[in-house]
Amino acid sequence: MSELESRRAFLEKVASTVFAGMVLGGQPVKAGAEPLKVELPPRPPDGPILPELEYEDVLVRMQRDLERALNKGTIPKWVMVIDTRKCVGCHACTVSCAVENKLPPGVVYRPVIEEQIGKYPEVSWRFLPRPCMQCDNPPCVPVCPVGATWKRADGIVEIDYDACIGCRYCLVSCPYQARTFDFGENWTQDTPGQGHMPYEELPTFEWGEVHVRKEAVIPHSPVGNARKCSFCLHRIEHGLLPQCVTTCIGRATFFGDASDPESLVFQLIHQPNAMRLKEELGTEPRVYYLV
Amino acid sequence: MRAWGWILYGVLAAIGLAGFILRFATGHQLAGYGSYVPWGLWVAAYIYFIGLSAGAFLLSALVYVFGVRKLEPIAPLALVVALASLLMALITIWFDLGHLERFYYVYLRPNFRSMMAWMVWLYTAYGLLLLSELYFALRRHLPRYADRRGVTGFLARLLTRGRKTPFTEEEIHRDEGILRVLGTIGVPLAIAFHGGVGALFGTVVAQDLWHSPIYPILFLTGALLSGGALMTAVYVFFWPRKDERWREISLLLGRVVLGLILFDLLLEWAEYSIPMWYGVGPEFKALWNTLFGPFWYVYWVFHILLGVVVPVLLLLALGLRGRIGAIGLASFLVAVTFLAIRLNLVIPSLVHPKLEGLVHAYHDHRLTFVYFPTWFEWSVVVFSVVLGFTLTYVLVRILPVIEGRLLKEVA
Ligand code: SF4
Ligand code: SF4
Repeated sequence: MSELESRRAFLEKVASTVFAGMVLGGQPVKAGAEPLKVELPPRPPDGPILPELEYEDVLVRMQRDLERALNKGTIPKWVMVIDTRKCVGCHACTVSCAVENKLPPGVVYRPVIEEQIGKYPEVSWRFLPRPCMQCDNPPCVPVCPVGATWKRADGIVEIDYDACIGCRYCLVSCPYQARTFDFGENWTQDTPGQGHMPYEELPTFEWGEVHVRKEAVIPHSPVGNARKCSFCLHRIEHGLLPQCVTTCIGRATFFGDASDPESLVFQLIHQPNAMRLKEELGTEPRVYYLV
Repeated sequence: MRAWGWILYGVLAAIGLAGFILRFATGHQLAGYGSYVPWGLWVAAYIYFIGLSAGAFLLSALVYVFGVRKLEPIAPLALVVALASLLMALITIWFDLGHLERFYYVYLRPNFRSMMAWMVWLYTAYGLLLLSELYFALRRHLPRYADRRGVTGFLARLLTRGRKTPFTEEEIHRDEGILRVLGTIGVPLAIAFHGGVGALFGTVVAQDLWHSPIYPILFLTGALLSGGALMTAVYVFFWPRKDERWREISLLLGRVVLGLILFDLLLEWAEYSIPMWYGVGPEFKALWNTLFGPFWYVYWVFHILLGVVVPVLLLLALGLRGRIGAIGLASFLVAVTFLAIRLNLVIPSLVHPKLEGLVHAYHDHRLTFVYFPTWFEWSVVVFSVVLGFTLTYVLVRILPVIEGRLLKEVA
């Protein structure tokens, strides 16, 4: 630490010397001279110090981007961007996703990975929401024996719950463990109340289809199926942003069309701090992390 | 002794039946696996059974294809055991599906990029091949039973279209030829489907421990060893006539089993030592955990001690010196404890987290990296075993599997 500080002090000195040299032209400068006071430009008598900043919620911007993408006539390239610096680890996205898709216990599409760095008292936390990466080269697709899961033209990796036989080969093949199996369990199971709560009997609209899950000798899909995040395809189709994006209290999750240079996500994924998980596997994830 | 056997059978059948009923009544809810460890005992048992089947079949191929006449008496029995183990394997993996009723989708809408689709198709071909081999191996004996009442007589009449005249030398010779052709198709088929099961695991990029070219080879040697050992044990203990020929064949089989144990051990050395040697890399921790983690005894006690050390000592000290019972016991140990190897092929890679910290992200008993098979899972496996045993027993009772005669006649 002290070494770093002394180095910084040294650099500051050198830099100020060089800078002073540049400003002052040929005048000799003594090392260690007082830093120069910068004169502020004269301010207009009643005006603001800085020009008026325009603030727009990114959700509004993304909503506009989404409308444009849906109306442009060509197939959009859906991507998600997650700014890890803004994620506060509140799990609101996890919960809202579970509500949106009526997820039973044990099924989760977007858990927020928590990692502790250091030990108390020198400790901090790191958060990493993990939806399905909608990989461009998805290892979960070719393994399916019945072709019940495939890559759509817009990039989303879809599952047909009515074709999936529940072999779970795709679960073991996903390097991000983004797929979970519906064991047919319910939140009210083994609780003293009577029967299911109404929210357990509501249909789910994943993949734009209506499914009412039920455990039985022949279970009603998606019980007995592999399930995963769909980027809220059913919402996108109706011009709505994915539920996790709209619920993110830190505005840390972005969604949009990466083939549109005007879109927010396009600009974000072209930043140098955009990264993807396990790039070395060649899965080409469609979820980017800003670090 | 016999009575005890039947009591054991009854108990196991009751346990199996309970598992069977529970599987339909409660689906997967009583199983111990989850979404992060999606496969468990049933998948391990399935590759175990299918290995037994491939191994037994390849033993029969020694006779039908490679002309090892010495083993001729056990060839039809090997086919029956192969058929029964295939049934056990398929039943077990069928129970593992989330949607049992959709299994035929693999035929209706197969995706041939998937190793799993390949496997199912190859099994089907193999199953059909087994049935036709059995038919051509046994039909020469059937005319003798055409006059009988009961299932044997009915089958004899059905399969030979009521024929009563015995098969001529010429016809038997022709059947042998057909058997050779079928067996010749069967050998690459058995290698393909069992190597394919290894490839089903080996091709998965996400699983560090599976993703290794040695997997298909490991599966094949495992099949030869476990299937060969099972046949040896069955032959030594249950062959009705314990004569000089029985001794000779048992000794030969004992030597084969010993050789295969050692060869399998060599491959296993490669499997473990290569990724572990320098103590770094993703596989190191997972393998270390297999050897010295909470389930160390699966490796050291069930596999190394009971599956290698004891059988090798039994064979060397007693079995190959003429104590045939020791050969049977050693082979029985190898065959039974092979499940430990199969478990250690499937589970360790799965219980190794793919993303650090995921387990703390969302708390649920299905979202953990700990797995231990529940009683329910064991009972379903017991169901398959009972079923396989029953099928074998029924077949040797109603068909002339042993030396061309029914079990009752030879006993
Ligand atoms: S993250 Fe997993 S489930 Fe999603 S597309 Fe990639 S491999 Fe498939
Ligand atoms: S669980 Fe379903 S989607 Fe996944 S590989 Fe099996 S059949 Fe395909």
